[in-house]
Amino acid sequence: MEGLLSLAVKAVFVENLALSFFLGMCTFLAVSKKISTAIGLGISVMVVQGITVPANNLILTYLLAPGALAWAGFPDVDLTFLGLISYIGVIAAMVQILEMLLDKYFPPLYNALGVFLPLITVNCAILGGSLFMVERSYDFAEATTYGLSSGFGWALAITAMAGVREKLKYSDIPDGLQGLGITFITAGLMAMAFMSFSGVKL
Amino acid sequence: MAQTYRSQLVDPLVDNNPITLQVLGICSALAVTSSMQVAFVMALAVTMVTGFSSLFISMLRNQIPSSIRIIVQMVIIASLVILVDQLLKAYAYEISKTLSVFVGLIITNCIVMGRAEAFAMKNPPVASFIDGVGNGLGYGLLLLVVGFFRELFGAGSLFGVTILETVNNGGWYVPNGMLLLPPSAFFVIGLLIWGIRTWKPAQVEEREYKIQTVEAH
Repeated sequence: MEGLLSLAVKAVFVENLALSFFLGMCTFLAVSKKISTAIGLGISVMVVQGITVPANNLILTYLLAPGALAWAGFPDVDLTFLGLISYIGVIAAMVQILEMLLDKYFPPLYNALGVFLPLITVNCAILGGSLFMVERSYDFAEATTYGLSSGFGWALAITAMAGVREKLKYSDIPDGLQGLGITFITAGLMAMAFMSFSGVKL
Repeated sequence: MAQTYRSQLVDPLVDNNPITLQVLGICSALAVTSSMQVAFVMALAVTMVTGFSSLFISMLRNQIPSSIRIIVQMVIIASLVILVDQLLKAYAYEISKTLSVFVGLIITNCIVMGRAEAFAMKNPPVASFIDGVGNGLGYGLLLLVVGFFRELFGAGSLFGVTILETVNNGGWYVPNGMLLLPPSAFFVIGLLIWGIRTWKPAQVEEREYKIQTVEAH
């Protein structure tokens, strides 16, 4: 339990997906103009991340890892090279299923998140989460914790960024730096602030 | 036709750069630029994937039903990325370790998807291939420029060859360690954007609010 807690804190602050691994940057920069949309996107990333990382973990353990197919009578098969294509397939399918479920059972939530869901398929934070899970060989419980907390970390980062940008639009910025340029520099300063968490151990 | 092929190849380098203007594929641009060598391999990998995925998607464009096009594109791109990943693991294992998950993340690199969706679905194969390669090169160029600054001033070397002798090795140059850390990539790209937009004012974005000057009475 303690291990999981420290993993969660690490995933939210120290190894923040957006600010220390730069994952999901495209949406991070494009959709952070308003706090309300940023929160919507942040929540959907968290939900999708919390579902896909454990799902991919199951697929890795029971289908792809070397020897994983022993239950089906193929103990020598190693399908890890199919990893990338399976993970992205799972992510695309999960997003699609989530969209249908929300549409059927939670229409208000669907209307709030609807536009962001398709965007999430190509959000590198989601695929990145699954790939980190594979690289660090998490077990199922760790994968679930990591998925949820890294999604939360991403949501936190984009909300903070949107807050800064809402204030920033009133300021007098040199012409060439307007828009994208100043956003990059703001993100850099935020990343530096998040670096102060590094080395924190729980 | 030769002229348009040429402009398709050259335009994305500065005038319509995927990173500084189209805001695509930023994730990997920031993460793999701490040394020139890694940036170079990454640029090569992305150029290959964009070029060939555009080629194949364009060849299939009349057969793909539009309702499932995203997943078809994904499958083509993912297969190419697996190919690149396996090649890197076989011939450049050290570099593939440094790139870690970022090779896999080429799948979700928006440049690849963006070009497939915006160009390859509507244009013939050869033009799409050139467009893909051009955008890959534009991405690679920016990667190399950022990598140049970060490696030269952060570690005093280029492609691993020492240029500025650092103090630790008995030289005179005190390396700026911050340039090797992730946040510096944001600053370098931000300043590059500033530079490019000063050079080409057409790319400057509109202000949301005008600053008013109040006349003194």
